[in-house]
Amino acid sequence: MSDASKSFQPVRILHEDSPALYLHHGEDFVTHKFPAGTRVIYANPPMKPIDNRGAAIRYALNHPEGDAKPLFARLRPGMKVTIAIDDISVPLPPMKTPDIRQEILEIILQMLTDHGVEDVEMIIALALHRRMTDAEIRRMVGPDIFREYHPDRLYNMDAEDEENMVILGETDHGEEVQIVRRAAESDLLIYVNVNYVPMNGGFKSIGTGLAGYQGIRHHHNPKTILASDSYMDPEKSALYSSNERMGRFINDKLDVFHIETALNNKMYDDTLNFLARPEEDWSGADELKFRSMKWTLDALPRPAKRALFHKVPADYGLIGVFAGPTEAVHEKTLEKCWQQHAVEIDGQSDVVVYGIPFESPYNVNSIMNPLLVRVMALGYFFNMYRGKPLIKKGGTLIITHPCYDDFDPEHHPSYIEFFNRLLPQTRCSKTLGKWEEEFAHNPNYVELFRRGNAYHGVHPFYMWYWAENGQHHVGRVIVVGAENEHVPARLGWETADSIDEAIEMSRDTHGPDPSISVMHHPPFVIADVK
Amino acid sequence: MESDHSRPTAAFYDVDGTLIRTNVVHAYAYYAVNTPEITRRLTKTAGLLASLPFYWMADKFDRRLFNETFYKNYAGYSEDRLVLLGEEVFDKVIRPNIFEGAFSLVERSKRQGHKQILVTGALDVVTKPLADYLGCDDFVANRLQMKDGVATGLLEKPMIAGPTKALWVRRYAKEHGYDLDGSFAYADSGSDVPLLSVVGHPCAVNPDFKMRTTARAYDWPVLELA
Repeated sequence: MSDASKSFQPVRILHEDSPALYLHHGEDFVTHKFPAGTRVIYANPPMKPIDNRGAAIRYALNHPEGDAKPLFARLRPGMKVTIAIDDISVPLPPMKTPDIRQEILEIILQMLTDHGVEDVEMIIALALHRRMTDAEIRRMVGPDIFREYHPDRLYNMDAEDEENMVILGETDHGEEVQIVRRAAESDLLIYVNVNYVPMNGGFKSIGTGLAGYQGIRHHHNPKTILASDSYMDPEKSALYSSNERMGRFINDKLDVFHIETALNNKMYDDTLNFLARPEEDWSGADELKFRSMKWTLDALPRPAKRALFHKVPADYGLIGVFAGPTEAVHEKTLEKCWQQHAVEIDGQSDVVVYGIPFESPYNVNSIMNPLLVRVMALGYFFNMYRGKPLIKKGGTLIITHPCYDDFDPEHHPSYIEFFNRLLPQTRCSKTLGKWEEEFAHNPNYVELFRRGNAYHGVHPFYMWYWAENGQHHVGRVIVVGAENEHVPARLGWETADSIDEAIEMSRDTHGPDPSISVMHHPPFVIADVK
Repeated sequence: MESDHSRPTAAFYDVDGTLIRTNVVHAYAYYAVNTPEITRRLTKTAGLLASLPFYWMADKFDRRLFNETFYKNYAGYSEDRLVLLGEEVFDKVIRPNIFEGAFSLVERSKRQGHKQILVTGALDVVTKPLADYLGCDDFVANRLQMKDGVATGLLEKPMIAGPTKALWVRRYAKEHGYDLDGSFAYADSGSDVPLLSVVGHPCAVNPDFKMRTTARAYDWPVLELA
């Protein structure tokens, strides 16, 4: 980091004269002046990106971690190679072109050609995510690769194509290890990953990314989720342990070469970069820009705002690229991730506040429906910690989001049934689990998943399970700015008209002077709570 | 609404445009060009061509009107010839036009234990071979009224079209003890909105404008099998 970055204080304590803070509120922003003594946690400034990405990628391929052989030394003419690629759920938002995956693929494909490897297929590792559209694939890999390889040798995997999914065997915990047949039958499997937060990458890439429901159900379930202290902290995550067992099993059976990239957190380009900085550091021009942006957003209809936001790519820079064996590579990547995202925090808080933005990993180019709002609040953002959660056990979580009752029927058809048919009956994950198989095998959802752009029928269950830890940990969730009562009520949340009112409500639980922390993301922060 | 797991469930499929890309007019065209006498064949084929715009309009606005008018074309066909040609229509016209996705949809539905039932305004002589081919458990289709072994051009009551499909499904479910809340239905045309409305799991397939807008309004899944 630069000297200026080193001197940056990501944790600020507000005083009487501190300016109002802005929070995301779906496709809008809200501003609020928090009481003096409130602790605000900002993201670290972006780490300096690598200027010559191509050189860094080539170096990583030629100098793999540990004692692994370089990629070129593994190649021989006539061999069968499969390249698996992370899908559109990372990074968030999608990065400016060229996407880092394009740059890696261009180098690998050239290397394969140079070594006489012609039997090459690229598979987008969707697992149970929606199929990427042609336009999205083209954007991700670049027009040249798209033109040459799509759709025969560059395609979305189909986890419901029974003929092309195989069970490699079982781990010593009885977990079925399922993988795309083409990957299983290749002489070399290369995984191209984009690591954005510590939860991404590692054994999860192949263990989950190339699996279908039969494999994934072994770790995406309430029991495993509840046994995971923080999804962002692999050492304490039962979810990661299960993926690790599966990943090791795959690595024993197949020749796997992993390429991981770590990105910095430069979510905004220079024009909007003030949004990532503390409000008290804003210049007059920044303040003016924010006001005019907020004024414009307030005047636009929601679909227009949504379309606008989804068109703004992130300005992420590459801060590390590593290649070789999964474990050694991931260790290096995690180091970079922590360096970028972790902020040391002294102690937990009674009340934690954060705004929920317009986008989660599961609604790129789509709608942030109520289940995704919940998973952002109690899944992703809650889990942005290492050590212990930022919020005390039984604490109050205050979030800002309109909680609109709005679903994308193309991307999230089974979410609609889950929300309207199951949730009115129960919010208990274990009870909901009795419908999991019905949704997973519902022929409508299977066909929509295979032929349309729908998430798998079981996906809303996973979203619900993901938020289990957060739900069990926090005492209450209060939504500020919800435009209706029924969505928060169905999610089991309370509502307040303003943040002041929500804080006042929290005093019923925590006394007259609760400790308050505001997590000011995005850009995402991981609280390293001491 | 919650399904009763103790009762059987079914998947009801409209056929034309939903599972196959052809329709009753194509089937009739096959009959028409296979009429034995050349004069009758030419008359029927030319008549069909001339009537196409009318059929299109009638189908768009009133499926019952379409059926009542269209099936008059079959007046004079003998019963045994219709059955024979039904098999041929299936082989030559229908089987090549089954949507690829229809096989996997029906197969997965069967695996989930749902009875497979076709509900169509096409003729029974054409529908039966299709039902057998897909491994369906039952079907309901229109039947031509016969007099002395020859088709009169009228349909037996009740005519299967639009709202009567929904009525038939309700009655059928009651008779056989099916749980409609846990059942599925698939159709493409706006005239089949009532059919989809009686089950707990409706699904618009290759929808026309009216079906698509209804599906969007009610958040029904929209599937493209074509």
